[in-house]
Amino acid sequence: MNNSVILDERKDFIRFGNGQNGISCDRDSLSGTVSQRACVYCGARVVLNPITDAFHIVHGPIGCASYTWDIRGSLTSGSDVYRNSFSTDLSEKDVVFGGEKKLAAAIDELMQKHSPRLIFVYATCIAGVIGDDVQAVCRDAERRYGIRVIPVQSPGFSGNKSYGYKMACNAIMELISPHKPTGEKRGINILGDFNLAGEMWIIQNYMKEIGIEVRATITGDASYESIIKAPGAALNIVQCAGSMTYLANRMEQEMGIPFIKVSFFGVEDTSASLIRIAEAVGTPENIARARAFAKREEQRLKGFLDAYKPRLEGKKAAIYVGGGFKAISLIRQFNALGMKTVVVGTQTGKPEDYEMIAQLVSSDTVILDDANPAELETFMKQTGADILVGGVKERPLAYKLGIAFCDHNHERKHALAGYDGVINFTQEINRSMNSPVWQMLHSSLPDIEYGALQTCEEVSV
Amino acid sequence: MLNLTPKKISERSALRINPCKTCQPVGALYCALGVHKCMPHSHGSQGCVSYHRTFLSRHFKEPAIASTSSFTEGASVFGGGSNLRTGIKNVFEIYNPDIIAVHTTCLSETIGDDVGSYILDIEVPDNKLVVHANTPSYVGSHITGFSNMMCGFINYLSRATGKKNGKTGIFPGFLNPADIREMKRIAELMDVPFIMFPDQSGVMDAPMTGRYEMYPEGGTTIDEITALGDCSNVIACGQLTSGEPANVLQRKCKVEYDLIPLPIGIEGTDKYIMALSAMEQKQIPKALEVERGQLIDVMLDAHFYYHGKKAAIFGDPDTVLGLMQLVLEMGMIPKHVITGTPGEAFERAAGAILAKFEAPDCTIKANSDLFELHQWIKNEPVDLLIGTSYGKQIAKAENIPLVRAGFPILDRYAHSYFPITGYKGALRLVEQITNALLDQFDRECADEDTDVVL
Repeated sequence: MNNSVILDERKDFIRFGNGQNGISCDRDSLSGTVSQRACVYCGARVVLNPITDAFHIVHGPIGCASYTWDIRGSLTSGSDVYRNSFSTDLSEKDVVFGGEKKLAAAIDELMQKHSPRLIFVYATCIAGVIGDDVQAVCRDAERRYGIRVIPVQSPGFSGNKSYGYKMACNAIMELISPHKPTGEKRGINILGDFNLAGEMWIIQNYMKEIGIEVRATITGDASYESIIKAPGAALNIVQCAGSMTYLANRMEQEMGIPFIKVSFFGVEDTSASLIRIAEAVGTPENIARARAFAKREEQRLKGFLDAYKPRLEGKKAAIYVGGGFKAISLIRQFNALGMKTVVVGTQTGKPEDYEMIAQLVSSDTVILDDANPAELETFMKQTGADILVGGVKERPLAYKLGIAFCDHNHERKHALAGYDGVINFTQEINRSMNSPVWQMLHSSLPDIEYGALQTCEEVSV
Repeated sequence: MLNLTPKKISERSALRINPCKTCQPVGALYCALGVHKCMPHSHGSQGCVSYHRTFLSRHFKEPAIASTSSFTEGASVFGGGSNLRTGIKNVFEIYNPDIIAVHTTCLSETIGDDVGSYILDIEVPDNKLVVHANTPSYVGSHITGFSNMMCGFINYLSRATGKKNGKTGIFPGFLNPADIREMKRIAELMDVPFIMFPDQSGVMDAPMTGRYEMYPEGGTTIDEITALGDCSNVIACGQLTSGEPANVLQRKCKVEYDLIPLPIGIEGTDKYIMALSAMEQKQIPKALEVERGQLIDVMLDAHFYYHGKKAAIFGDPDTVLGLMQLVLEMGMIPKHVITGTPGEAFERAAGAILAKFEAPDCTIKANSDLFELHQWIKNEPVDLLIGTSYGKQIAKAENIPLVRAGFPILDRYAHSYFPITGYKGALRLVEQITNALLDQFDRECADEDTDVVL
């Protein structure tokens, strides 16, 4: 096995299946490797961005605002303010003399033209180093305008993306804490779904189907009005555990709202999650409805999956995603399609995630934390992966290696959650793995071997 | 977001809404990708380079590779020297580039890291090089960063041996690979020996082979950058991008330069060709005369459909100036012209183009943003928008067509494989502009006006 590209310092971050014990993770990246990871600001921004009527002001030079302008893919049923980009665009003068005045002026200018109820102010690297008291500026603006102006402490150097999730969760706590519930707690909050391609709506519809009330969605398609209802819920369900477990813990300790972890990726996890939610917070009737609904949906999908299975069975999958929960669901989903996961990695997985992963894969599967492109390339080639599931930076890498790709990140255009997500996911991986373009690549004129076209035909449910 | 923009314009001095620029480091990174076997290295938090790579990957639909010093809290307090040392060691060890091009970020600049002297102290393997440029994100824009990184390469590498090499240095500016290919094709047709710097063709449009090459075949070689110092002359395209690097080379190696606009549109391309021919009094080949004639032929055929139409143009300063020139050559009016990059030079240059055509009053602004552009359009409507993908929402809100040109284009494919430079590029733009207007007409006209022949 050629492991020459693997630095000694990186070896603890890689393991093989369930053969070894332990993996290093949740640490800072090594300087000089091409890490696929982002920063604290990025983590905070992706969590808070889907709050649709919030004005997100990025306090720093323009870059941080430009790169995060309207890229989240989270949909709205209300305001679309969040899809604009607001920044203090700090210049040299501000860096020398301090940016507090400019931040205060930016909030004033915003208030002149618009009538926000909620502003988030993101402190970026520069705000951190020049020592701007962002908190004081925000407090002052709250007092003057009588709205919520919440600072998000997210200088890029202050940790990694996971730390940014925490900072976002703290901001959410600051927003919802004052809204003590009146009356008995009921219903659930959905934590850690960001309504990419409308996925929150799918989950909300399921809750309606089984008769469970949804109080607040955090943060997919949330608004100021809806999110402040969160303290009145009887249960939190946590989908993206990587970003939201911290918030769930705080809400449990400070508001007495218990939580359960769920996942709506794949048939198996979706059905199990629906029933667990009903069991946790519902009546016997809710539980019965959840069971019946899950059964009906599984039945509905059966023919569809049977049609696709022959096209996919025996293929090998590589997974490189942000958090552990998604990786775990994807492994199960591939197993259900008769596909083997040969490489699996995450940017921010926790030790318990990696333990779970190790139990689901075979002993020769490569497990990586914070992988760099050289490692991904080496292991995907070694294992002969047919498809990579990842995000924007991994897509062109996969294609260059002649490997199919499925976007399971901000750039997905089809919902991948719930039962309908299974349909979209299956169609997408089939589309990419069985495209005739691979035949063109692996043969040359006049010897092109056609014959993949029967796998191009889409099967619907 | 479509409803957020009010028609009434009020002064803003602190709040930027919907920017038309991004920060220096991504420009520096793109510049360094145009050097063969070069690893761009970002000296700052790891988020920066993650964003830059994503941004470039979204535009080119290609891998964009770069490493980072991965600053932590400690580095921000004690300086990033040891991060840089480890970073450079690791990059050479794992990725084995010939050269590492370090650029700074707002963070490393603000804490006062002296990257130049760090590099002097770092042990670099034999036959390997490390260069750097200062690219503070709070000054200028990505265009400034691109320009600064060019200066960095020249400062470190270019040398005058006293013996000229008979070549013309060409600085293409911040363009797509296809634009650079077109400029190289023209220079080859002119039989002018040249060094193109930087040159992202062959890197950011490398073909699919089923093998991943971290360093594809393209890019200006280190030897070529060194040899810039012995060039007979330099043609620096894009006043606001290539001017400063040309200046630096002239001061260092006494290579004279012509500063011309980007070769976009007829006059822009004419000037490029004249600059190429000037050195050795080269004849203009028949093939280029044919291309020019074809372009004018088509412009005449289609002129009824675009004559007098008003356009709003936005993007990077030199690109916008080129597009403005072309639009005026077509007989259209560039009603609103903005760039996000600060600097009065843009406003002066745009004003000079308007004056040359004796064009009616137009709004011109540097250091502007798309929120402001949208407000202007609401007050004085246009027929067409020309610029990046970020114009999409304005185009939809105002129901006007958008012709995509410039950086970044995130929502279309294959655009970077077709030039906007040269006569061929102008022909493509004329086709796109005409089609955009005609498509809009066909979609919206009454049934009786739907005509097969236009």
